[in-house]
Amino acid sequence: MRLQYPTHIHIIKVPCTGRVDLFHLLQAFEQGADGVFVAGCLEGDCHYMHGNLFARKRVERAKDILAATGVGRDRVEMYNLSAGQGTRWAEICREFDERIKNLGPSPIRLAHDKKAA
Amino acid sequence: MIKATPKPLEEIINYVKDFNKILVAGCDGCVTVCEAGGMKEAKVLGSALRLYYTQAGKDHEVVETTITRQCDKEYLAELKDMVENADAVISIACGCGIQYLTEMYNDKIVFPGVDTHFMGINADRGIFEERCAGCGQCVLASTGGICPIARCSKRMLNGPCGGSEAGKCEISKDTPCGWHLIYERLEKLGQVDSFTKPVDPKNWRTSRDGGPRVIIREDLRKAEPQHGSAHS
Ligand code: SF4
Ligand code: SF4
Repeated sequence: MRLQYPTHIHIIKVPCTGRVDLFHLLQAFEQGADGVFVAGCLEGDCHYMHGNLFARKRVERAKDILAATGVGRDRVEMYNLSAGQGTRWAEICREFDERIKNLGPSPIRLAHDKKAA
Repeated sequence: MIKATPKPLEEIINYVKDFNKILVAGCDGCVTVCEAGGMKEAKVLGSALRLYYTQAGKDHEVVETTITRQCDKEYLAELKDMVENADAVISIACGCGIQYLTEMYNDKIVFPGVDTHFMGINADRGIFEERCAGCGQCVLASTGGICPIARCSKRMLNGPCGGSEAGKCEISKDTPCGWHLIYERLEKLGQVDSFTKPVDPKNWRTSRDGGPRVIIREDLRKAEPQHGSAHS
């Protein structure tokens, strides 16, 4: 299967999405990410029982924080798919990429760029 | 332990929006356990504030740290340089810690980053329940080990009241009637006797009603040198 997905998506592998903490998500934005999505296993299929469910809650809190700080709640998202769903993976990547393109660059990246200029 | 919850981020941003150099000071004690004011929460708040200042185009310097306990001045002293370097401090310790930090660094503006609620237990992940109201004269010995002050909505010493129904308190069907619990426990212990005997009014002066409280334990105090001792 050779599936196309946007090449500028930077993948950070973790053993389980339960490992993804709230401050990891926020730090990605601090470093200028335009959007972040967490791709966990299907709900009910977590090898560590609740990892992906915790991840979803953290993504929800990250949304609230991003909204309150003016970054925007839609820049972070949680998706669930299995390791066997390659087509779905490519689809999610394109879908999220599309969403972020519509939102435009993150205000944090713009501020960084302005400072650097 | 003391139970607190993080304040809404909007409220905190509103406190500090006109400052530039912020210290977020967490506590490794109680508030770490209830996940309101430990290192993780300090990092989240610090990160959130940096995001806020950056998108608002404001110069800023946000530093996060925690100390062992904010209710001890020996630990608070460790914050000296960091506090001096900040325009404002957000303490995410309980109300005791926030106040003691303020007392120690009196010329600095200190904001609360959490709401402090009660002394309680960890019933389950994310569920904290009140158990003791710090009345200063514990009556658990005669109430089956269940506190009528913290767990009866009316703090009655001779309960239950007429609002107790099917084991629930009249304030909500989710709140167990403290006195129902007491009765059940006493029955189990074969001590219903102590339930049937009315208890005398309690001395509430040892509780909040007597004003701010101080405990002086002479046995724990540093020994003062004795005048006229063999060494003089
Ligand atoms: S400052 Fe408050 S939260 Fe921290 S250890 Fe002391 S009592 Fe507990
Ligand atoms: S009787 Fe007083 S000290 Fe004992 S648990 Fe209740 S409030 Fe706390």
